[in-house]
Amino acid sequence: MTETSHAAGGSACEFIAFRIGVQEFCIDIMCVREIRGWTPATALPHAPSYVRGVINLRGSVLPIVDLAERLGFPPTDATARQVIIVVQVGSQIIGLLVDAVSDILTQSTENIQPTPEVATGDVKSFIRGVLAIDGRMIGLVELDNLMAAQVENAA
Amino acid sequence: MDTMAAIRETFFQECEEQLGELEIGLVAMDEGDANPETVNAVFRAVHSIKGGAGAFKLDRLVRFAHTFETTLDLIRSEQLAPSTAVLKTMLRSADVLADLVKAARVDEPVDEARMDSLIEELKSLADGAHSALGHEESSNDAEPLDFQPVMFSFDDEPEGLEAAAGGYTIKFTPRPDLYRKGNETVRLLRELARMGDVSTACDAQSLPGLDELDPEGAYLTWRVELSTTQDIASVEELFEFVVDDCELEINPSRTSAAGEERESTSIPTIEVESETPSAPLAAGAVDNREDSTGDDSRAQGDETQSAGTPPAAQEAEKTRSEHGKVEAAAPTIRVDLERVDRLINLVGELVINQAMLSQRVMEAGLARSSSVAAGLGALEQLTREIQEGVMAIRAQPVKPLFQRMSRIVRELTDATGKSVRLRTEGEATEVDRTVIERLADPLTHMIRNAVDHGVETPEVRAAAGKSSQGEVKLSAAHRSGRIVIEVSDDGAGINRPRVRAIAIKKELIPADAQLSDGEIDNLLFLPGFSTASTISNISGRGVGMDVVKRSIQALGGRISISSRPGFGSTFSMSLPLTLAVLDGMVVKVADQTLVVPLTAIVETLRPKRSDVHAIGVNARVISDRGGFAPLIDVGQELGYRTTPADPFSGVVLVVETEVSTRCALVVDAIHDQRQVVIKSLEANYRQVPGIAAATILGDGRVALILDIDTFVARTNRGAPASEPLLAATG
Repeated sequence: MTETSHAAGGSACEFIAFRIGVQEFCIDIMCVREIRGWTPATALPHAPSYVRGVINLRGSVLPIVDLAERLGFPPTDATARQVIIVVQVGSQIIGLLVDAVSDILTQSTENIQPTPEVATGDVKSFIRGVLAIDGRMIGLVELDNLMAAQVENAA
Repeated sequence: MDTMAAIRETFFQECEEQLGELEIGLVAMDEGDANPETVNAVFRAVHSIKGGAGAFKLDRLVRFAHTFETTLDLIRSEQLAPSTAVLKTMLRSADVLADLVKAARVDEPVDEARMDSLIEELKSLADGAHSALGHEESSNDAEPLDFQPVMFSFDDEPEGLEAAAGGYTIKFTPRPDLYRKGNETVRLLRELARMGDVSTACDAQSLPGLDELDPEGAYLTWRVELSTTQDIASVEELFEFVVDDCELEINPSRTSAAGEERESTSIPTIEVESETPSAPLAAGAVDNREDSTGDDSRAQGDETQSAGTPPAAQEAEKTRSEHGKVEAAAPTIRVDLERVDRLINLVGELVINQAMLSQRVMEAGLARSSSVAAGLGALEQLTREIQEGVMAIRAQPVKPLFQRMSRIVRELTDATGKSVRLRTEGEATEVDRTVIERLADPLTHMIRNAVDHGVETPEVRAAAGKSSQGEVKLSAAHRSGRIVIEVSDDGAGINRPRVRAIAIKKELIPADAQLSDGEIDNLLFLPGFSTASTISNISGRGVGMDVVKRSIQALGGRISISSRPGFGSTFSMSLPLTLAVLDGMVVKVADQTLVVPLTAIVETLRPKRSDVHAIGVNARVISDRGGFAPLIDVGQELGYRTTPADPFSGVVLVVETEVSTRCALVVDAIHDQRQVVIKSLEANYRQVPGIAAATILGDGRVALILDIDTFVARTNRGAPASEPLLAATG
């Protein structure tokens, strides 16, 4: 896809855009450690359903979060076609299971619009804002909340 | 500059050791050890610190160490009796010395007032001793501060001092260690020759035949008749660095300095010129021994034990050990911890890689008898040995940790007005360094609790008919692959009605809760619980045992309390020896692979139908050595399946928990038994109930390691609804 550049005012940020179903989301590229293919995960007992389990990432144990289910979509049917975005959240490293990575965006932080009021529930708490690019609307995923909520739910 | 920094670092590391020695010695003296060797060891420790500090111009440290040393010297020379009060000051001084060393190391300010007050205290002790003995020369304190070597008088015979001039008969029998430390007899003899006229004889009586000769042994005794005008101290000074590694007798000559007959003609002697370089012949390999300076040899001297010493020296060794504890000290090196850790991580990866390789080879269909498989077997063996070796590097005795605790007890007793002594046991127990480091805080807290809350005030103790001095016991021991550390006090025990009342008041439990004694004790671990009616500044700020419990759990450990009213409480912690590897049984449960710690497994069996019985609707038990153990389906418990598996088609693992309750776990199959590298789940996720950690198996997949204790506790608390068992009994 095309690389979009809008460096007018504000500080420019790069984002990794990805698809969940037909919707597009993105995260700050600075959080992304690597992107890798899906490998079967070892299920974790007593875990929320969106935690798909743990995989071996070069010797460390990486929990996999099904981002679709976390955002309230039906759970992803993970196959070799899905990808895992390995992200750093605070001191932890987690893998986000998404359908496909679609783009790298360079956007000014000014272009981030607040999440529209219609969005409710889980989506709203995990979407920091939206980016409008070429008629597409891309939700900016707030990673900190994602994990904070995970701990909360787990407690 | 870098070299200087490195030397400085070494100095501080050595200081740590010296401070340890100092503390051990002082505590031993406090307990009534009147052995002169103990006093000497204490003195040497302070002296070495002073010497090193002088070299680095750490003036404050030197000043304090000097005063400390001066007072210690009085004890050594028996001019000051080591009474309890004196030793209390000594111990406090040791603490200040430790503080000063620490302050000098990180370059931070010190509590000058405390130091000065102790200096005053030490001086007054010294002055008291001087005036008591009517000594005129209490001018020791006024001595210039620059470092001067202090003479050790190992010879207590007072007449030595009187024999100021004339001659001495010196009998000198080196032990092999003398040569191992790079000293040489010929140099000593040469030095003696410089002091005056000498006539030297070598007694080769104990020299064995060539076939029995140990090339690194020492068999010769030297007799030197020295006529000199110098005093005995100067002669002794010559032997200062080797005195611990030889038999040395220096006596004033009975006849005058004139050369007289050799003592005994029956002893075959070899005349040796004092300049002959062949003197250390029997000593053998001096040059390839580790090169240590004289100062080192003095510091290590006492701890060195000579193995394979010739009979004569062995006998001497025996007499020596009668008046001084001789401990074996193997040579050591200092290694940066980071390097060791890097090595350990690499070895961990190596183990995983080796397992993966083995699995791939098996998958490739190579015969077990093939040379590749044999090679892999050897590789596996090697990998395991490397791993064990590397792990052992990190293992350290808990002794330094326990020593820190004795200081805390000391400070607390000063602050609380209670009289408490700390008794330690199992100090040599070894455990991974990380475990030791991370134990320091929780242990400190528990010790504080024991002194502050556990032990009563002397008056209360007296009223209860106990001795006014309380005792806190700190013990460590290895138990079934774990280390168990216990902190117990002989205080009042847990006031259960009070604990319960507080828990109700703080709404931690409902007012009508039915709790067993054990459950009440465990309330102490709830966050925000504090029983002390007055909040002291020592412990009891409301953050307490819950923090302790969490830190212990984070280490993979467990903590439990037992308490008897009136007799005290015991906190028992069980911790893994290492945080890196575990022997486990790899089992299959509902398509998932799990690892069960081998230490918990008592036996594995295929259950007979006649052994399994149903209890109630959804519980089953299995006959187990005369009793019944609950049957738990692991897959169902972990949520891998909704209906329990048929125990008769699977395997049952009988496990035993920390508190010795037995359970039978049903798994589908046993795959393997192997050592697994522990990988933290918490690092990237969080603690999972019933799961201790994760590991990576040969196929590169993650497997979870069961935590038997929490797993079993969980099933006991709230067993998930399961199908009633059909046809349980046969």
